[in-house]
Amino acid sequence: MNTVVAKLQRQFQDYLVSLYQQGFLDNQFTELRKLQDEGTPDFVAEVVSLFFDDCSKLINSMSRSLERPENVDFKQVDSGVHQLKGSSSSVGARRVKNVCISFKECCDVQNREGCLRCLQQVDYEYKMLKTKLQDLFNLEQQIVQAGGAIPQHFPSYTILRPDIRPCLDA
Amino acid sequence: MARDGGVSCLRSSEMMRVGIGGMESQPLDLDEVHVLAVDDSLVDRIVIERLLRITSCKVTAVDSGWRALEFLGLDNEKASAELDESSSFRQVPVVIMSSENVLTRIDRCLEEGAEDFLLKPVKLADVKRLRSYLTRDVKLSNANKRKLPEDSVPVNTSLPPPPSPFTISPDSSDSSPPMTISPESSDSSPPLSPLEISSSPLSTPIDDEDDDVLTSSPAPEESPARRQKMRSPLD
Repeated sequence: MNTVVAKLQRQFQDYLVSLYQQGFLDNQFTELRKLQDEGTPDFVAEVVSLFFDDCSKLINSMSRSLERPENVDFKQVDSGVHQLKGSSSSVGARRVKNVCISFKECCDVQNREGCLRCLQQVDYEYKMLKTKLQDLFNLEQQIVQAGGAIPQHFPSYTILRPDIRPCLDA
Repeated sequence: MARDGGVSCLRSSEMMRVGIGGMESQPLDLDEVHVLAVDDSLVDRIVIERLLRITSCKVTAVDSGWRALEFLGLDNEKASAELDESSSFRQVPVVIMSSENVLTRIDRCLEEGAEDFLLKPVKLADVKRLRSYLTRDVKLSNANKRKLPEDSVPVNTSLPPPPSPFTISPDSSDSSPPMTISPESSDSSPPLSPLEISSSPLSTPIDDEDDDVLTSSPAPEESPARRQKMRSPLD
């Protein structure tokens, strides 16, 4: 038994579980991982990369719309939030998605200050997630380079809050 | 406001009969389903495309309803005028995908003729469910072709827009037309119509062909049953 691989696999699993436990990811991320196989080993990384690009673009355009207090284009901001909420939901970016919910509420009542706070928060959250996932993908790479396979399932010792529990079945 | 996307797929055998897109004859693969996926979100397009490919569907993904029509060759006056005589588009099932879990809206989609409704984010199980319809539908279709009513429904662009049709973004170099995924139905046999999955707000423009598809679809008596299968709100 290759203990280096086993150690890396354990590290990977623990880290992944922690991301769920801390609320960064939800079940949809598990769904994305199901779509990855030996033929498409970079699928998840590619999708989240597109998502982060999306975040950056949308945050920039919403920032411009919110810039001048006397002339805020709330329709544009709302559109941006809607898109961000949709794509964050599609990749399992739970915290980002949750900020979008508050963001939408601020938009609905045309609360510019609230929108600016949410904008800042969503920017923080997506960047944080980006860093976390990069660490996860690095671990994945290390496993592969050491000749091991990426664990697909969660370890049985995992006890997760029901609301963020990923699907533990195959 | 950003729109949701959609997926539609047409059965290749039907597309071939109509000669859409100048397709050349090729051996029919009854299990092959070509889905036309429509979604304005790139992330969602990539995900739905992968979900469909994994379930053995051929996929063409587009980013708008207009591109969908373009892909189907229905983006001109002549095409829409000829639509009445074409049976294949009438039989294309449409499945709506949306992140909004509003029952009245979902019901309206189904009443307007959508075969099924998928709540976003879409999961593998959702697509597998749809895929199982397709296989069954293809097998049944050869034995029991649904005939069009003698009085064809005129295409009327002034009708209120139905749920956004699926949009197709040509992502593959294949020239074969999109297939429709038949909707899933747990109870009675599903209508033998092609399936389109589209997620879009109800206010999207377009769709002469959608009107056509929607009006010719059999009444979805299974609607209440389908509704029961819908997932609870995500938030």
